[in-house]
Amino acid sequence: MTAHATPAVGESSERLRGLLAEFTDAESLVNAARGVRGAGIQRFDSHSPFPVHGIDGAMGIRPTVLPWLVMGAGVAGAVVALVMQWWTNVVDYPLNISGKPLFSLPANIPVTFELIILFSALAAFFGVLALNGLPRFSDPLCQSERFRRATADRFFISIDARDPAFDVARLQSLLQEFGATSVEVLPDVPADARIPPVVYLTAVVVISLALIPPLWIAMDRHSTSDTPRMHPVRDMDDQPRLQAQAATALFANGQAMRLPVPGTIAYGELRDDEHFFHGTAGDEFAATLPSQVQPVTMAFMQRGRERYNIYCAPCHGLVGDGDGIVSVRALARPDSSGWVRPLSLHSLGVREQPIGKIFNTITCGIRTMPAYNAQIAPRDRWAIVAYVLALQRSQNALLEDLPPAEREQLELRDFRN
Amino acid sequence: MTAVDNTFNIPGQRAPLVTGQADYTTITQDVCAIAEQHRPPRSWYVAFAVSLATLGVLGAAVVYLITTGIGVWGNNNPVFWGFDIVNFVFWVGIGHAGTLISAILFLFRQQWRTSINRMAEAMTIFAVICAGLFPAIHVGRVWLIYWLAPYPNWLALWPNFRSPLLWDVFAVSTYATVSALFWYLGMIPDLATLRDRAPTRVRRMAYGLFALGWTGSARAWHHYERAYLLLAALATPLVLSVHSVVSFDFAVSQIPGWHTTVFPPYFVAGAIFSGFAMVITLAVPARAYFGLKHLITPRHLENICKVILVTSLMVGYAYSIELFTAWYSQNRYESFLFLGNRPFGPYGTFYWIMVACNVVIPQLFWFKKCRTTPWIMVIVAILVNVGMWMERFVIMMSLTRDYLPSSWGLFVPTPIDIVTFIGSFGLFFTLFLLFCRYLPVVAMAEVKTILSHGHQP
Repeated sequence: MTAHATPAVGESSERLRGLLAEFTDAESLVNAARGVRGAGIQRFDSHSPFPVHGIDGAMGIRPTVLPWLVMGAGVAGAVVALVMQWWTNVVDYPLNISGKPLFSLPANIPVTFELIILFSALAAFFGVLALNGLPRFSDPLCQSERFRRATADRFFISIDARDPAFDVARLQSLLQEFGATSVEVLPDVPADARIPPVVYLTAVVVISLALIPPLWIAMDRHSTSDTPRMHPVRDMDDQPRLQAQAATALFANGQAMRLPVPGTIAYGELRDDEHFFHGTAGDEFAATLPSQVQPVTMAFMQRGRERYNIYCAPCHGLVGDGDGIVSVRALARPDSSGWVRPLSLHSLGVREQPIGKIFNTITCGIRTMPAYNAQIAPRDRWAIVAYVLALQRSQNALLEDLPPAEREQLELRDFRN
Repeated sequence: MTAVDNTFNIPGQRAPLVTGQADYTTITQDVCAIAEQHRPPRSWYVAFAVSLATLGVLGAAVVYLITTGIGVWGNNNPVFWGFDIVNFVFWVGIGHAGTLISAILFLFRQQWRTSINRMAEAMTIFAVICAGLFPAIHVGRVWLIYWLAPYPNWLALWPNFRSPLLWDVFAVSTYATVSALFWYLGMIPDLATLRDRAPTRVRRMAYGLFALGWTGSARAWHHYERAYLLLAALATPLVLSVHSVVSFDFAVSQIPGWHTTVFPPYFVAGAIFSGFAMVITLAVPARAYFGLKHLITPRHLENICKVILVTSLMVGYAYSIELFTAWYSQNRYESFLFLGNRPFGPYGTFYWIMVACNVVIPQLFWFKKCRTTPWIMVIVAILVNVGMWMERFVIMMSLTRDYLPSSWGLFVPTPIDIVTFIGSFGLFFTLFLLFCRYLPVVAMAEVKTILSHGHQP
C-alpha cells in the first residue's frame, strides 16, 4: 500500500519530494492534520474538494490579510473616483450645467460608489490569487494518480521533504494511525511543465504579427504625408454628399438639388413683388394699383379714408391741403422758421405723380416726412393711395365731371344764390 | 429520484437540501458527466442550432444598423429611446437574480442557494452581455463608444460626471466585471475537478488553464473563502445600486411618468422579480434534461416561487402607489399620464398586459400546488417576463406624451427593432447552451459543503 513505484525509500531525503497521504473523510483529515502539526511539521498542507470545517485551527493557519487589502483598495477607489471627478469637471475642463455647482457630493456619489466596489472586487479576486501563488500550471503533487481525486471525493495531506522534522518512516506510521488509506512517497522528479516549443514559436509569430498594425498606425500618425488622411470609418468632417448642380439617380428628376415646395417663400424673398411692396415697375414708378388690391371696393376706400385720417391728416389735413393741426400749431410758434410745410396733395407736382410714387413716398418718406412702412401694412398703404387719388379728384373736379343728378342740384343752388 | 418530498418542514429536523443517495462521489459524477459526455444528445444540437441561427439574425440586424444608421429603428422625435432602452432595462433586470442568489442569500446563510447559484450567475452574466449590447449599438457611431470612458484625449473633453447616463456606464460595467469575477472565482474549484477527471490531454490543458493550478489546498481554501465572502458583501449593495442607477436615467429627468422617487426601489424589486422568473424558466427544463432533480429539488423551486410572489406584491404595490400619487398630488400632468393616458391611451393594452402578468398571475403562487408543479411555474415565469418587458415598454412610452401637446407623437417599432430584440435571445441561449455543455452547471464544491454540514437525506 505504501511507497509503490518509488526508488529506495530511506535514502537521503534530499531526493524525495515529500509524502502524500489519502483519507476518505473530512473528519480523519482534520485529526491527521492536527497530529502532523503536533509532530512538529511546519511545511505541510491538506487538500480537500471543499473547505473543511475546523481545518484552519487544526493546521494552525493564521487569519488572512485579504480583508485589509480589500479595504485598502476600496479606499483607493473612493479617492481615485472623487479626485477624478473633481479634477476633470472642476479644474481641467469646468462644465457649467444650468449653473449647478461644478462639484457636489450627491451628484458624484454613484460613480464613487461604483469605483469603490470595482476596486475592492478586483483586489479580492487578484488578492486571493496572489496569496495562493496562483496561477501555477504544474504541481509536484500531480505526479500522483491518486491526487486527482483531491478535487472530487478524497482528502489528502502532503508533507514537504524540506521540513526540518521530516522523517519518512515516522510520518508514514503516524499518518496510517490517523486512518490514511494510503501513504505515497513522492520522488523529486522535475515536473513536466515545460511549454512545448511549438507553442512558444506560435506565440512569438502571433505577437509579432499583431504588433504590425498598431506600429504602422503609430508611424503614420507621427509622419507627414502629401495625401489626405485615410478614414477607416467616416467621421462627421468627411461625409459622403452630393455636389450642388450634380446629377443623381436618387430623385425622380435626376437633380441633386431640390426645388422648393410650391408656395414656400425662401428667406429674403418675401418682398420680391416690387409693384406691391415698393410701388415700382422696373426703373419707373408704377402707374396702376397692384393686382392684389383690385378691383377697388367701397370697403377698401373706407379703409383708406380711416388710415389717412389717422396717419396723414395730422400734417396734410383732412382734405389734403397741407394744413393739418400739427402744421398749424408749428407755424403758430415763434420759432417756426425751420418748419417745412407739408405739401398740399392738390399741388400740380403731386397731382402729376404716378401713383407708385405716392405709395413709395408713404413707404420710404421724403424730405422731413418719415417712412411709414413700419406702421402701415402694404395693403393699407395702397388703400391710402386710393383715397388720396379720390381727394385729388374731389378738389380738382370740373362741372362736367359730376354725375347729371349732382350737377342739377349744384346748378339749382347757384340759381338760388 | 425525487421520492423524498422536501418541501415540508418537520420541526426539529433539517429538511434535506439534496435528495437521493447523494455523496461526494455521486455529486462529482452527476455534475461532471454533463460536461464530460462525449456527444451531447441530439436535442442539445437542435436547441443550439436554433439559438445560433437567431444569433446570426441578431448579427445581421446589428451590422445593418451600424452600416446604415439609427434610422432603421423606429426611434424618432419625440421617442428617442425606443426598443433599445426597453431591451437594455429588460435584460439588465434579468441579470439581477444571479448575483442576488449568490451574494445576498450567501450572506443570509441560505444554503439552498448552492444548487442553483452557478446556473443563476451564468444567466446573470449572459443577460448583462445582452443588456450591454443595446446601449453600445444605440450610440450611432459605435466606433467612438470609447468616448464614454474618462480618458485623456486631444479634445481635452471629459465626461459629465453629474449625468445619470454616465452613472449607468459605470454601474453596468462594474456590475458586469464583478459578476464575472464572482462567477469565475466560484468556478475555479469545479474547473479543477473537471481538469483532474479529464481523460484527454486537450481537455486537461483547457480546463487546467482556467483552473489556474487549484489543488484544493486548505491554505488556499482559507484565503478563498474569505475572498468569496468579501465579494458577496461587495456584490450585495452593488446589485441594489445597479438597477437604482438604471432607474435614475428616468427618475432624474422631468418627463411626467418618469420623475418619481419610487423608481429606484420599484426597479430593483422588478429586476429581482424578472430575474427569478428567468431562473425558473431555465432551471426547470435544465434539471429535468440533465438529470439534476436530486440537486435542484422541489424545495429550491418552491423557494424561488415564494420570492417571485413577494416581489410581485412589491411591484404591484409600486404600480398602485404611482396611481395614488398621481391622484393625490393633483398634478395635472401626472394625473393625465397615470389616470388617463397609460391605462386608456394608445398603449393601454400593454399596460393591462403588464398588470395581468406581473400582479394578477403570480398570485397563483399562494397555492402550494402551483409552487410545486414545474409546468405551472414555467408558464407563470414566462408570463412574468412578458409582463416585465411590457412594464419597461409602458414606462418608455411616457415620452410620447410630455407637457406640450404640440410635441406629442407615437412610437412604432420597425421590423429591425423586433428582429434585434428576438436576436438578443439567440445570444443569450447560445451562451447558456455552451455553458451547459462545457462548464460545471452546479457548484459541486459548495453542494459537498452542505452535505458535510448534515443536510444529507
